Amino acid sequence: MYQFNYHRPATLEEAVALYRGAEDGIYLAGGQTLLPTMKQRLAAPSDVIDLGRVDGLRGIDVSADRVSVGAFARHAEVASDPRVRATLPVLAYLAGEIGDNQVRNRGTLGGSVANSDPSADYPAAVIGLGATIHTSERRIAADDYFQDLFETALQPGEIITRIDFPVPTRAAYRKFPNPASRYAVVGVLVADFSGSIRVGITGAGPCAFRGTAIEQALQRDLNPAALDGIEVPDAGFNSDLHASAEYRAHLVRVMAKRAVAALLA
Amino acid sequence: MASTAHAAGHGIGASVRRKEDRRFITGQGRYTDDINQPGQVYAVFVRSPYARARIDSIDVSEALRIPGVLAVLTGKDMQADGLGDLPCGWMVKQKDGSDMVSAPHPPLAHTQVNYVGEPYALVIATTQAAARQGMEVVATEFTELHAVVDPVQATQSEDIHDGVVANLAFDWELGDREATEAALAAAAHVTRLDLTNNRLIPNAIEPRAAIGVYDAAGGDHTLYTTSQNPHLERLVLSAFVKVAPEHKLRVVAPDVGGGFGSKIFIYAEETAVLWAARRVGRPVKWRADRSESFLADAHGRDHVTHAELGIDADGRFVALKVETTANLGAYLSTFGSSVPTYLYGTLLAGQYRTPNIHVEVKGVYTNTAPVDAYRGAGRPEATYVVERVVETAARELGRDPAELRRANMIRPQDFPYATPVALTYDIGDYEASLDKALALIDYAGFPERRRASEAAGRRRGIGFACYIEACGLAPSKLAIELGAGVGLYECGEIRVNPTGSVTVFTGVHSHGQSHETTFAQIVADRFGIGLDDVEVVHGDTGRIEFGLGTYGSRSLVVGGSALMVAADKVIAKGRRIAAHMMEGAIDDVSFEDGNFVLRDSNRSLSFGEVAFAAYVPANYPEDLEPGLSEKAFYDPKNFTYPAGTHIAEVEVDPETGVTRLVNFVAVDDFGTLINPLVVHGQVHGGLAQGAGQALMEQGIYDEYGQLQTGSYMDYCMPRADDLPDWVVDTTVTPCTHNPLGAKGCGEAGAIGSPAAIMNAVTDAVGRNDISMPATPEKLWRALSGQ
Amino acid sequence: MQVTLTVNGTSHTLDVPENTLLVDVLREHLELTGTHVGCDTSQCGACTVHLDGRSVKSCTVLAAQADGAAVTTIEGIGTPDALHPMQAAFRECHALQCGFCTPGMIMSAIDLVNSSDALDRKIVREGLEGNICRCTGYHHIVDAVLMAAGQMKA
Repeated sequence: MYQFNYHRPATLEEAVALYRGAEDGIYLAGGQTLLPTMKQRLAAPSDVIDLGRVDGLRGIDVSADRVSVGAFARHAEVASDPRVRATLPVLAYLAGEIGDNQVRNRGTLGGSVANSDPSADYPAAVIGLGATIHTSERRIAADDYFQDLFETALQPGEIITRIDFPVPTRAAYRKFPNPASRYAVVGVLVADFSGSIRVGITGAGPCAFRGTAIEQALQRDLNPAALDGIEVPDAGFNSDLHASAEYRAHLVRVMAKRAVAALLA
Repeated sequence: MASTAHAAGHGIGASVRRKEDRRFITGQGRYTDDINQPGQVYAVFVRSPYARARIDSIDVSEALRIPGVLAVLTGKDMQADGLGDLPCGWMVKQKDGSDMVSAPHPPLAHTQVNYVGEPYALVIATTQAAARQGMEVVATEFTELHAVVDPVQATQSEDIHDGVVANLAFDWELGDREATEAALAAAAHVTRLDLTNNRLIPNAIEPRAAIGVYDAAGGDHTLYTTSQNPHLERLVLSAFVKVAPEHKLRVVAPDVGGGFGSKIFIYAEETAVLWAARRVGRPVKWRADRSESFLADAHGRDHVTHAELGIDADGRFVALKVETTANLGAYLSTFGSSVPTYLYGTLLAGQYRTPNIHVEVKGVYTNTAPVDAYRGAGRPEATYVVERVVETAARELGRDPAELRRANMIRPQDFPYATPVALTYDIGDYEASLDKALALIDYAGFPERRRASEAAGRRRGIGFACYIEACGLAPSKLAIELGAGVGLYECGEIRVNPTGSVTVFTGVHSHGQSHETTFAQIVADRFGIGLDDVEVVHGDTGRIEFGLGTYGSRSLVVGGSALMVAADKVIAKGRRIAAHMMEGAIDDVSFEDGNFVLRDSNRSLSFGEVAFAAYVPANYPEDLEPGLSEKAFYDPKNFTYPAGTHIAEVEVDPETGVTRLVNFVAVDDFGTLINPLVVHGQVHGGLAQGAGQALMEQGIYDEYGQLQTGSYMDYCMPRADDLPDWVVDTTVTPCTHNPLGAKGCGEAGAIGSPAAIMNAVTDAVGRNDISMPATPEKLWRALSGQ
Repeated sequence: MQVTLTVNGTSHTLDVPENTLLVDVLREHLELTGTHVGCDTSQCGACTVHLDGRSVKSCTVLAAQADGAAVTTIEGIGTPDALHPMQAAFRECHALQCGFCTPGMIMSAIDLVNSSDALDRKIVREGLEGNICRCTGYHHIVDAVLMAAGQMKA
């Protein structure tokens, strides 16, 4: 790992000021992606700004129609929180599918969503549940947030503070893990908001996106069989050692069907 | 004998809990990277980014300006100091009788680099960080050359090495070609199969590491290193590489975190740190990052094979013809030439009475990491060929695969059985293992299980592998005749201390095998003393006289046998001492249950009393040396032949192509078991590696020779939730030619399982042409007709 | 920079470069070499320790992030004469061979038992996905975790 200056601000304002004052600053949340990247010398920030002690990024608030998760909530907290499990079980389930125990004990919601790794799990929930992303500057709707490979609507220095997840009538997430890294080759979250269907897909493309054709098919008939004939075009899909674009497109359909089956069960 | 040890529950055959565990479970293990030396500095290697390139120039000036950097040493510096090349320890004779063509393998490349990750310089600095920083600014001008990556195309590609025509290291054969061809031509049925044996990357969880230490005052060198065979390392470094004279070099292999073959070999890095320590006058430490391990540890397997099995009208195997291209990588590693020849071709008879066998193997160079022994080494490849082709034949003939095998097996009355491929199996009962395995997997219930899977939308398959291996490497004379550069005996020494406790020195090395426990069991059992009264010492050329080390399931069979012989010598001397002390004739003194007993008297002396007398020789035979310490060099008379039946059952999800290994039964005949719990552990580990090979693992280079699977993000290691509970059992026919009756158990799991699993996968999907690893996308394509 | 850690119950204040990883503090500064490094991509789990009671990969935590926290390593859970139930179970079940992954595996397994209501073989296997063992084939490790769980929960 290259040398850097380390900062541990106590407030958001302080964090943003440090970022703006740095030559090439980067925020550190749980570090489960950033630190391996820095160890591999693929990133060499001049300044690392640790958000771990910043006020106001923690905590999970649960109401009947909304689960609001602090950006610094660890995956393990979300997975095991009894209120989340009761109100928005799909989110607890998805968080429990991320990485492994040790990664879930460190990794954070904000870090995952800010990084927008194409094979991360949380983006499927942000998209599929139509979440609202609160930042140090503003609120961003899920549909406006993910833009491209590791590219989001976040401006330089902007910090995610919380994410509000609307509570659907029912929802389910199914993931096809990369057998080596355990990241999502494809992950599909299907949510039913009183008959209005949203589908969030991760892993398949450069960033998470809505499965609009799948949504339309399920809107007509919320049943796995409704997806049997559906075409999932693989144009622009990721392709690697573990899965070609074509196979990913196939897996999108299979995971969507399995999510629907789980949602109906 | 020695019922005291049995009564205490720690003798031969007892599942004793391990002595070595106490340090490992409390974090007190001492691995190479845990060792630090006063004044130590750090080495980081500069490695080739290209698969094949000429080195035009190396500019180290910027690296030398980094604070803390002490030196940058290159291949030219090493050459100038007179160091030799890394040798291949096994000279294979080609079909035409000529020697194989061994390309020079300098520890640090100086004119041309031939695989990505090949070291050509090292930076030495006072901190790891400075050394790494220095490595990054070594400015090297390369001229990139065409890389040869595909082994099958290698003979038609540009020559990698000057003087190696068509990249062919050897063209080797074994068996009777004419007889085999004739028998195939006359066969009622011929099954033909094309197979690949995937490239594997060993991945012991402890990365390689080394510390070189040079004491200028005495001219003494010490190398702490992650080695399976420290004496062999010392021998090669002194005799061939000429880093230091043998008597001025001590090699210590402390606790070693797994090897699986990859830590047998004599590598560049260990060589270089020892040399560098003398150059810079400070101890030099190196620890591989996992990324370096992927690039620069010797890889395993990587065969492409065509096989034909001829069968007569009665279902008897009449001929097996095998043609293999073996990828050796860029250089011949330490045992790289023996693995795809003598450790492979000789095993192609399997458990069967096939009368005609011919195999030819082309060993080719490519611009990839050197390929050498990996758990099983040649024998998994042979088993994969025989057992895939036999299973395929059963399908083609509509025969039950278990019964077709049974009808062709070598029977108990056939032993000793000379195969058409140079080996003589001493003993076995292959049907006994087959029958036990069939019962354990509930073969009769398989059709019902298959129906249940199909009802749930999944494909179920079952597959067999009735494997044999040649272990206990090896009779020295035979091995040397076949090209080995060293003998393959083993050394053991037993020092009985004056108080009657025992220190055992063995030339083999434990890096997971449990020798500190199982060897102590053998000696405690033999002497009738407590397990805690025996300490096993291994892994240090400064303490142990000699040894060839641990590989090829040889430690117990050869190293343990050496201890049995040494123990006999101790007892023989003890009888002389005891006879004198008890005023009887030597022939009247027997050693029973830990006591020297004088026949027809009520006199006896304990083992401890005799030991004490040997060191305080007051009442002592005049013509006998004091002391009670004996050693033995044990040279085996034959290989041992562990064999067994592995049966795998898989479920394939046709929608995703995901395979789940749902049942696995292994019934192995390892001869006498010293510690069944340890044996089960060895089998489990081998099975996991075999399952990894069959379903998950593959080292992949792209067309430019860049390693695509260079980390755990892409190289798929089996984890706990990928694997089933293993059902492991044994049958026993004791080996006929060693004093323990043991055959060796380290590799069996990795040898039988890939074939069994792939036979199950191909059964499930209804196609014979699925290659390892059976990844989800591959199976999805097969099942969706793509 | 200055970092204060309570490691195995003892407080240490250390002056380390900013880019120091927790595992380097443990191994190099405190000479607690029971925590091992087996990879460089945060996958193998050999470096697993407890940070404020939860399992983490100490190769993927900056020492600075752990400032003020309590760290428990393999050396802190038991001694050869007074083994933690998980350590004892690993020995009893022959759940280790070369021993290199073992400290991380034990630390993961303890957190798994502490944070789970009920365990069976499947849950244990899934719970250990962050730790790679190349020797044992995992079967005996699963045996050991269930044996220890019985004692830890008793």
